[in-house]
Amino acid sequence: MAERVFPTIVASRIRSQLAYRASFALDVVAQLIGQSIELVAILVVFTQVTSLGGFDRGEVVLMYALAATAFGIADLAVGQIEELPAYIRTGELDVLLLRPLGTLAQILSADVALKRVGRVVAGLAVLGYALATSGIEWTPVRVLVAATAPPTGAVIFAAVWVAANTVSFWLVDGREVANSVTYGSNFATSYPITVYGPWLRRVLCFAVPGAFVAYFPALALLGRPDPLGFPVWLQYAAPLVAALAVGGAALVWRTGVRRYQGTGS
Amino acid sequence: MLSPYPQLVIAGFRRYATYRQAALAGLTTNVVFGLLRAAVLVAVLAERPVVAGYDVAAAVTFVWLGQGLLTVVVLWGDTELATRIRTGDVVVDLGRPWDLQAALLATDLGRAGFAVLARLVPPVVFGALFFPIRWPERPATWAFFAASVVLGVVVSFGVRFLLNASAFWLLDARGVLAVWGVVGGVLSGLLVPLAWFPGWARTALAFTPAPSLFQTPIDVFLERSAPLGALAGQAFWAVLLLAVGRVVLHRGSKRLVVQGG
Repeated sequence: MAERVFPTIVASRIRSQLAYRASFALDVVAQLIGQSIELVAILVVFTQVTSLGGFDRGEVVLMYALAATAFGIADLAVGQIEELPAYIRTGELDVLLLRPLGTLAQILSADVALKRVGRVVAGLAVLGYALATSGIEWTPVRVLVAATAPPTGAVIFAAVWVAANTVSFWLVDGREVANSVTYGSNFATSYPITVYGPWLRRVLCFAVPGAFVAYFPALALLGRPDPLGFPVWLQYAAPLVAALAVGGAALVWRTGVRRYQGTGS
Repeated sequence: MLSPYPQLVIAGFRRYATYRQAALAGLTTNVVFGLLRAAVLVAVLAERPVVAGYDVAAAVTFVWLGQGLLTVVVLWGDTELATRIRTGDVVVDLGRPWDLQAALLATDLGRAGFAVLARLVPPVVFGALFFPIRWPERPATWAFFAASVVLGVVVSFGVRFLLNASAFWLLDARGVLAVWGVVGGVLSGLLVPLAWFPGWARTALAFTPAPSLFQTPIDVFLERSAPLGALAGQAFWAVLLLAVGRVVLHRGSKRLVVQGG
């Protein structure tokens, strides 16, 4: 049954968003620019210096592009989880829990924010440019890394997104706290992790495994040894990390749902 | 009867003071991003000790003041007037015995007052504990900084009022506000100091109100610019934007009558 329900829901949500055309177009543009703003910041920084954390402009742009594409895909797929606090506050979550469909799937399909396509487009455009211009010596393995890094990174981001927003089951204002993890790791991932001090690196690059979204795949593509001295196999570990992240997120989500008792409203 | 505007300032302050847990949660995000942005700027300054007049102390002060001012000088999330225009409730607001623009400005100043206490002071204190903040050398700078922040709020209000008023014509101003939310951040000197931009970009931005929001108050604090000139520039934009806002509101409300609500 669920196989037929969700496509119908998603299609109707997409149609409803195209109603206010001018506003929708501007929303897409805003998402496109929003994703490119960090690129502007990177380019401005490189008008002043020639390297950042030991990487040159092309290399940092490659990391930014991998992170942006992965984040854009994750945002499109699971960004709707940010509305979880609203579902809890209004008591709508009770309704979702009663239905014979997956609760998480219902929340994620409640509104497919089509405007977020803007982010993916911006990310892919810069990624194409970066892959073509950063002097990568292509081998079959590197082609595989380039093709799998954005979807793998998206899975990591999506897991982080679900796990971080699950704090809403415990905290009333969980959304802002979750944002500092989700958007914070997006920001952190756009730059080489060498710019962060040991504490930030441990939290936002390894505890939240942001380093596997862009930094390690970029090292693999560029054929560079890690300036921080991490072993080479970590550069190819992203799919494994993604699988672990999904497992962790599922565990956190189940614990949260089980603890949920309703607000009584 | 007392003028309603001072009461609206107090009401605006109290309205936001109610949501203390929300303010605390928002602070977490401000601080995390402050740490990340400070790390990037410090990494830039590791390549060269001074970039366009910013040393490490000036750069981290720039970051922590910017993170603090974020909620005082709002860029995002103000869709109240646009929503009331779309639903037609604005008719009630226009019928009340007050000047709608002045009333909204008074409420916004009250909101900003609470934000100074709850959202500006804590990130700066946090920054001062863990980073080498550059404090003003001249006592008068504190007064100039306070005035510059107030003017920054008024300029930001002027821009947001105009964007919201676009709902008279577009019905839904969310797209316009979203574009401003993302463009405003980089143009106003929130992400990277405007002094690091190429010359042509700085020249172009000098003809817009954007630097008045963040870069000007921060420059006044860092004593990088002549304070009176900086304040005069902000005042110019504040007056101009408010004046244009009045004209737009007048035109828009006429249109509303034609539509019949």
